[in-house]
Amino acid sequence: MAIRERLSGNEAVAIAMRQINPDVMPAFPITPSTEIPQYFSAFVANGQVDTEFIPVESEHSAMSAAVGASAAGARVLTATSSCGMALMWEELYVAASNRLPIALALVNRALSGPININADHSDSMGARDSGWIQIYSENNQEAYDNFVQAFRIAENEKVLLPIMICQDGFITSHAVENISLLEDDVVKNFVGEYQPKHYLLDDKSMAVGAYATPGFYMEAKKAQAEAMKNAKQVILDVAKEFKAISGREYGLFETYQLEDAECAIVIINSAAGTAKDAVDRLRAQGKKVGLLKIRVFRPFPAEEMAEALKHCKAIAVMDRSEGFNSQGGPVCAEVKSALYGCEEKPLIVNYIYGLGGRDVRVENIEEVYAALEEIVAKGKVEDDYRYLSLRD
Amino acid sequence: MYTNLKDTMSKKERLAGGHRMCAGCGGTVAVRNVLRGLHDEDEAVICSATSCLEVSTFMYPYTAWQDSFIHNAFENAGATISGAETAYRVLKKKGKVKGDYKFIAFGGDGGTYDIGFQSLSGAMERGHDMVYVCYDNGAYMNTGIQRSSATPRFADTTTTPVGKCSNGKMQGRKDLTQVMAAHHIPYVAQTTFIKNFSDLHKKAEKAIYTEGAAFLNVMAPCPRGWRYPAQDLMKICNLAVETCYWPLFEVENGKWTLNYQPKKKLPIEDFLKPQGRFKHLFKKGNEDLIAQFQQEVDDRWEQLLRLCEQ
Repeated sequence: MAIRERLSGNEAVAIAMRQINPDVMPAFPITPSTEIPQYFSAFVANGQVDTEFIPVESEHSAMSAAVGASAAGARVLTATSSCGMALMWEELYVAASNRLPIALALVNRALSGPININADHSDSMGARDSGWIQIYSENNQEAYDNFVQAFRIAENEKVLLPIMICQDGFITSHAVENISLLEDDVVKNFVGEYQPKHYLLDDKSMAVGAYATPGFYMEAKKAQAEAMKNAKQVILDVAKEFKAISGREYGLFETYQLEDAECAIVIINSAAGTAKDAVDRLRAQGKKVGLLKIRVFRPFPAEEMAEALKHCKAIAVMDRSEGFNSQGGPVCAEVKSALYGCEEKPLIVNYIYGLGGRDVRVENIEEVYAALEEIVAKGKVEDDYRYLSLRD
Repeated sequence: MYTNLKDTMSKKERLAGGHRMCAGCGGTVAVRNVLRGLHDEDEAVICSATSCLEVSTFMYPYTAWQDSFIHNAFENAGATISGAETAYRVLKKKGKVKGDYKFIAFGGDGGTYDIGFQSLSGAMERGHDMVYVCYDNGAYMNTGIQRSSATPRFADTTTTPVGKCSNGKMQGRKDLTQVMAAHHIPYVAQTTFIKNFSDLHKKAEKAIYTEGAAFLNVMAPCPRGWRYPAQDLMKICNLAVETCYWPLFEVENGKWTLNYQPKKKLPIEDFLKPQGRFKHLFKKGNEDLIAQFQQEVDDRWEQLLRLCEQ
């Protein structure tokens, strides 16, 4: 029987972690993800898990200890945000290239500077090329569900890559919502025992983290790239099994009123909920609008997205981080390249929105749809790189 | 248990030959002899910070390490081995690991005194059952002899070059062994290669088999960086100890012990003279620089004697 609860996103993720009962959790606090190691430390203190918690002295050491523990054969997870992840940067790459299936709860927050503690995606978008699987969550339920699925994906032998489960700082990490939790033993059975094939503490000695000369480095990268490709099907397979235990369905992305939509937006994380409200309002006025919410950003589901979007007349890609390439944000660049191969493709405009926690209201999203209508009417995009709700 | 040199030297090698470290490298001597502190029946997980040691012993697809080995990055050997040690405690409790393992991290002075200092300090403070071994060659040798906080005053390095306006490094060296003792961990020791190596062998075994965090600082000269003939390794180490530049001591549960007191303390010139990096100190007119160096050595030696209640 599912358990009905009211929880914040941080608490929901912490409960998923308790149910997973990992071997090791190294962590260092940073707003807004601090509550996750706090809740987890209480589980440790109360004997509710078998986990060893390592109270490291920095996020760099959190990911370094995670690499050491995972290489030794342990199931390892951690949590962080923003500058904490920036400090881990070097280690994100090491974890991925060592093919260590570490799970990270990332509570998205703007990177400094100016220093800011609120939601945007500059942390995870900056790490998009680090070799980690990235899955995003619209609300607390999705953050929980995605985390429960994380190790099944990461530890699959065709994948063996680290995975980050992202949710928006404060908006979902701190807001309390209704949520349906799985029972402890259901999660335990779903996640299963971890038995790595190669690890430091195995009877046979093993060496990890070699110096790879130009004669070998590329092959290591190619192997990672193949693993990332393999992850797509594994994510879908795991989602299918997850549906069987939860009744909740997950794919690479979610479409909402998209099938016959002329104008659509592509969006990630919590603002998708706001955007769905805007779609409902506009649909009630008879407007053919829809949206596509990206769940899996790494691997990027380019073909599937192109198929889902190609019939639209105009789309707005919403980026909650800057790319500073003077062309637009990172999500837009990826969506554009996904659609490049389509014979008929929509007009595309990019909106940078919600940086550093700038509020995103239903009316703001309605403005975007109004702009898309105008683009359709004109048959062209003037200024395809815009900022939403900027001060005058 | 340590018995004698012959028994210790006839133990199986845990770092195989054929690696790419330089002839006469003190780092390799440090590693091989620290590993002789391990009992034959015990397994080890060894970590190395990015360093000469790492890039020369583990170049894909070859490894010189007989034990399980992990290299992670430059500044995080402390944190990395702490993760492996923690994993061991959990997996051992769950019955998933059979053997008895010891956890040893190696770092050069760059990876230990400087960029890896925070990671080391954190791991020591948390009290993991591990040994961190610094092979201290007094500069960033892997990148080409740049100064570190372990570099002695007046040394000529590529970032403190001697020139018209420079006498080499302007600052004295950080006393990391004392800093580690201030962590109040169960075992801290400083050693190098002298006589029959018994000081190093005993300290390595003690460090490895002391429950909790231990730190070992091994002066490991680099003939390339210090500019002396490679065959003079033992001579240089002996002079470092006899001049009291590098005293041999240990701190066990807060108790300081001086392990060796020279019968007649030699002047610091004897240590400086054979090394090309101090060549400029022996130019006419630079006598005061040597006097400054001597003063620093004397002050530190006196302080150590007080700590050891000699």
